[in-house]
Amino acid sequence: MSTPNPTASHTISVLVSNKPGVLVRVALVFARRGYNIDSLVVSPQQDSDFSRMTITCSGDPGTLDQIIKQLFKLVDVVRAIDHTGDQVIEKELALVKVKCPPENRTQVLQIVEHFKGVTVDFGSESLILQMAGGSDKIDHVLGLLAPYGVVEMVRSGKILMARGASAT
Amino acid sequence: MDKKIPTGAEVIIQCLIREGVEYVFGYPGGAAIPLFDALVDAPQIKLVLVRHEQGATHMADGYARATGKPGVVLVTSGPGATNTVTGILTAQMDSAPLIVLCGQTISPMLGKDAFQEADVTGITYPVVKHSYLVKKTNDLPRIMKEAFHIATTGRPGPVLLDLPKDVTGGPCAAPMVDSVDLPGYEIPGVPDRADLQKAAALIAKSRKPLLYIGQGAVISGAGKAVAQLAEKLNAPVVNTLLGKGAMPEDHALHLGMLGMHGTAYANKAVMNCDLIFSIGARWDDRIIGKLSEFCPNATKIHLDIDPAEFGKIIQPDVSLVGDARRGVEALLPLVRKLDSADWVKECAAWRKQYPLRYGKQGGLKAQMVLDELDKLTRGKAIVTTDVGQHQMWAAQFIRSTFNRSWISSGGAGTMGFGFPAAIGAQLGVPDTPVWAIVGDGGFQMTLCELATAALQKVPLKILIINNNYLGMVRQWQELFFDNRYSGVDMVGNPDFVKLAEAYGVKAWRIRRNGDVKRILKQAMAYNDGPCLIDAEVVKEDNVFPMVPAGAGYKDMLIERPKQKMAKPTGST
Repeated sequence: MSTPNPTASHTISVLVSNKPGVLVRVALVFARRGYNIDSLVVSPQQDSDFSRMTITCSGDPGTLDQIIKQLFKLVDVVRAIDHTGDQVIEKELALVKVKCPPENRTQVLQIVEHFKGVTVDFGSESLILQMAGGSDKIDHVLGLLAPYGVVEMVRSGKILMARGASAT
Repeated sequence: MDKKIPTGAEVIIQCLIREGVEYVFGYPGGAAIPLFDALVDAPQIKLVLVRHEQGATHMADGYARATGKPGVVLVTSGPGATNTVTGILTAQMDSAPLIVLCGQTISPMLGKDAFQEADVTGITYPVVKHSYLVKKTNDLPRIMKEAFHIATTGRPGPVLLDLPKDVTGGPCAAPMVDSVDLPGYEIPGVPDRADLQKAAALIAKSRKPLLYIGQGAVISGAGKAVAQLAEKLNAPVVNTLLGKGAMPEDHALHLGMLGMHGTAYANKAVMNCDLIFSIGARWDDRIIGKLSEFCPNATKIHLDIDPAEFGKIIQPDVSLVGDARRGVEALLPLVRKLDSADWVKECAAWRKQYPLRYGKQGGLKAQMVLDELDKLTRGKAIVTTDVGQHQMWAAQFIRSTFNRSWISSGGAGTMGFGFPAAIGAQLGVPDTPVWAIVGDGGFQMTLCELATAALQKVPLKILIINNNYLGMVRQWQELFFDNRYSGVDMVGNPDFVKLAEAYGVKAWRIRRNGDVKRILKQAMAYNDGPCLIDAEVVKEDNVFPMVPAGAGYKDMLIERPKQKMAKPTGST
């Protein structure tokens, strides 16, 4: 068995009632216990009474169990599940503006094509690329693009869904 | 003529009436005027006008703890609302149901630094069970129903409503609401059957069982069931500071309070038990001392209505999610008498060997005053306390014999709590004598409520254990900080007797041992409004036993140590 990483990353899915202040209440549970939120995605549900929060966070693993319980204790939280290690589909979207004078275009576009990215803006000196997939893949593409000069980058934060019959 | 559409404020007051509210503890201000205006037409609800908003929250809290019904606070925006924060924290830490109604600037001005605007919803997020910033008048009936439901069910707590003046002043056409729809809110009831069976199997193996009961046992009224369980198993019982009174402390199996200033025999039982069963108690740091040394070899069972308490401090062998009373009742048929006669004898021997003691010589002792009070009231009074040495001595020497008879700020340790809490308790339970036992320090934090007590003519008795020191801090400085007293001398204290008289409150002073019984009896016989006793006790005395903060039970001090002590490692 591997030793637990003291700052291992966890992805938590939280189903909340769509009420004012719920984001603050959720954020406070993490802040008070020294947990760093790396990304947080809030999205509406089919039923507009509810929202979904997908939170990627890191910190002491022993504290996480207490955080999940404290989240669940909030009146507006319907469900809070740590999906780390579960069978899940995880995706993230990134927009990357990369320097791309004509002499580098072919190489950059090869990278984009290889990783099934899309060119969403084509300028004379830069491109905006849209990459979707697992966070690891996006990290990897960013590493490959770095030598060409990444001007700006926006990542959506990770979203996930449990496979099969399991609830997210 | 058309039926008049009520205002939001009128609807709020109607909701209070529907919830059976008798008292509102409040203080007005510009943003709260519509609510105070609506109270004029609601003679069913008595307004208790306080002198400071913190006092209002403690009164509502004392009312709630004495009656089991929610206490209602009504204040204005800005400073009026922020003055409630200490009281809200106090209620949250000790699971007391409060409804805190705060006025607010009109909603178009929110976030624009309007006069007396404070983001009280934001300020109080960490200290409320739940809160609402109400934006639509028509939401009021639903929100009021939800607020009472949330405050009073499950693990109770404070619920705050932030009420913009245009919401309380505007028309509300929405009908009253009788049920709630809160998909994220669950109320545990009876613990899972399989978990109960697991607990029963562990209990069956125990030869040295110990029941440890807390505030959850008080709130759920578990005392009778706990006594039945203790008797059926032949198991001793200890309680936390807040668990006092859930089960009568004069029961033969009851060893009194455990923890930092618990009785030595209760703490010996904790050190030596082979199974400890928490019934509505949360393994607080003043109970645990040093986590790695706390009952390391004992089986731990934890019954709690709040699942977030499992594993927060102690990882139990079995956790039972549910109401304390219903949990114990469900467990009763699953257990039988244990082979614990030797253990019970051992505990009885510790009780004989290490009784609570105090020196009878050398001036008036706080313990003697409280011991005498206990003999005179014989468990028939409700006692509230402030925080500090007097609180611990009261916890040790006043035996609580009925549920909701002990009201003290435990988790938050709020100085200034005891006296206003006694006003609320006495209003809620008018036929039971109420004693507010306070220190000279804490009493001065909320003594402006003498006016409120006098105005309400509540016959409560204030007993000031006056040593002219912040005694508990002084004790720590004496024991752990080389006698370097810093900021603990209460020089400048007023003449409390004259002060009381200035408010029209009857008062006595006790200076000598010989005065104690006589004056306590006079106060007991006095029923024409509140009265006060200033007991001038010896300046320097210490609370023992004491488990220093962060130390193990084996390091318990039964009396003043001869050697110099290291600074404590625990927080407080």
